[in-house]
Amino acid sequence: MYLIGIGSMFLIVLTGIFAGQGFALAFSVELADFGAKNYLGRIMSISIVRELGPVLTGLMIAARVASGITAEIGAMKSSNQIDAMTAFGIDPMSKIAVPRLIALIVMVPVLTVFCDAIALAGGWVISIFIAHVSSTMYWAAVKERLVFGNLLIGLLKPVVFSFVIAYIACYKGFTAEGGTKGVGKATTESVVLTSITILIVNFFITKVVFSYLKGYL
Amino acid sequence: MIKLRNVSFSYGENEVLKNVSFETGDGKSLVIMGPSGSGKSTILRLLLGLESPHEGEVLINGDNICTMSEAQKRETRKKMGMVFQDGALFDSLTVGENVGYYLIEHTKMKFDLIGEKVEEMLGFVGLGGDNVIDKLPEQLSGGMQRRVAIARALLSTDPKLMLFDEPTTGLDPFATRNVLNLIRKVNSEKGIATIVVTHQIADAIEIADKYVILHEGQVAFDGGLDELRDCSDERLKNFLEPFRESFRLVLGKNFVDC
Repeated sequence: MYLIGIGSMFLIVLTGIFAGQGFALAFSVELADFGAKNYLGRIMSISIVRELGPVLTGLMIAARVASGITAEIGAMKSSNQIDAMTAFGIDPMSKIAVPRLIALIVMVPVLTVFCDAIALAGGWVISIFIAHVSSTMYWAAVKERLVFGNLLIGLLKPVVFSFVIAYIACYKGFTAEGGTKGVGKATTESVVLTSITILIVNFFITKVVFSYLKGYL
Repeated sequence: MIKLRNVSFSYGENEVLKNVSFETGDGKSLVIMGPSGSGKSTILRLLLGLESPHEGEVLINGDNICTMSEAQKRETRKKMGMVFQDGALFDSLTVGENVGYYLIEHTKMKFDLIGEKVEEMLGFVGLGGDNVIDKLPEQLSGGMQRRVAIARALLSTDPKLMLFDEPTTGLDPFATRNVLNLIRKVNSEKGIATIVVTHQIADAIEIADKYVILHEGQVAFDGGLDELRDCSDERLKNFLEPFRESFRLVLGKNFVDC
C-alpha cells in the first residue's frame, strides 16, 4: 500500500499539475472567444473530476505499478518461488494477488482525489495569471459542478480501474514464461493491455452513466 | 509409500513421460537419474500435484494426488518438503523468514518460538554459527542457499518425504559434499524418505537405496546398486558411459565394460 500510494505520489503530483494547467490554458483561450472565461472552473471541474483525474491516475498507476507487479510475479515464477509457495500448502493467488488488489482498491481512489485536487489547483494558477479569471469566480464555478453524480463517477472509475490493473498485472505475471525475456515481454504486455483496457472501460462507464444517471450530473 | 503407475505426461506436443511406473517405501532414499530433458523434475512436480499426468496415477500413501481437490492437495503437501533447483528462496524475505515461512503462515506460534526453531534448523543444516538469519538470500553463496532451502523444507511441519531437485547442480565440490551429507543426515537421522533428482551419478551412489533411471521419458532401470552393476541394457550403458570413472572409483569396477 505504501509502495503504491506514497511511492506514486510524486508522479501523480507532476501529472496532475501539468495536465490541469494544460487543460486550463487550452480551455481559457477557447472560452475567451465566446466571452465565457468565467465558466473555466465548471469545465475544469467536470473534465478533471469525471474524466481526466481517474484516467490519468489509472494510466500512471498502470505504467508504474502494473509493470512492477507483473515483473515481480514473473520473476518469482521463473525462479520457482510461486511453486515453492504452492508446495508449502499456500495459495499463491491469495498470498500474492489479493493484497495487491486490496492495496490498489484503497490507493487508486485516494491518488485520484489527490490528482483531481492538484489538477484543479493547476487550473486555478492559469485562471489567475493567464486567463485573468478571479479566484473566487474560479472556485465557485468548480464547486458548482462538484455534485453527487460527478463525484460518484470520479470515485467509481478508479475502483474499477484498480480491478483492471490488478487482474491484468497479476495474470500476466502468473502466466509469464520463457525466463528473463518472457518476464520482460509479459511486463510490456501488461502495461499496454492495462492502459488500453482502462481507456475502453472509462468510455463504457461514461456511456452507462450518461444513459442511466444523467439526472444526477 | 510413493507409487507412480503408468504415468504419461506432455508439455504441449512434447511427450516427457511415457508410461512411467515405480515405487519407493517409507524412509528410503530414491534417486531419479537421466539425461537433461528426460522428465526427472517433472516427476517431482507430479508428486507435489503441481502438474497432473495425462494418463496414470500418482499415489501418495495410497491416495491419488491427481484426483484430490486443491484443499486436499494442500494438506498432502504439508507432509512433503521440496527443495527446488537453485533453492527458490523468497528473495524479499530474510533467511530467518524463509526458514520459518511455513510456521509463520500456518501456525499461531509466537515469533520468539519460531525464531528458536529457525535457529535450531539452521544449526542442523550447518549454518548455525554463520550469522545468516538476518541476511537476504542474495547475500549467501549457492551452497548456503541450498542448505537454507533444505532447512526451510524441513521446518514444514514434520515432513515424511523430502524431494530434492538437482540439489548439487552448480555447486563447488565442498558445497556439494555438504549438501550430500545433509541429504544423508535427513534420511538417516530424521528417518525421512527422500527422492533426489540428479544427473550426477557420483552423488547418486552416495545417497541412494534405490535408483530409477529415465531414458527418453521411460524407465530404463529401476532397482538397487547391485542390479545396476549387473545390468546389461545398452541404453543404460550409453547413459553411464561418461561416468565410467565415477563408477570405477566408487564401485571398484568399470560398469561400462562389465
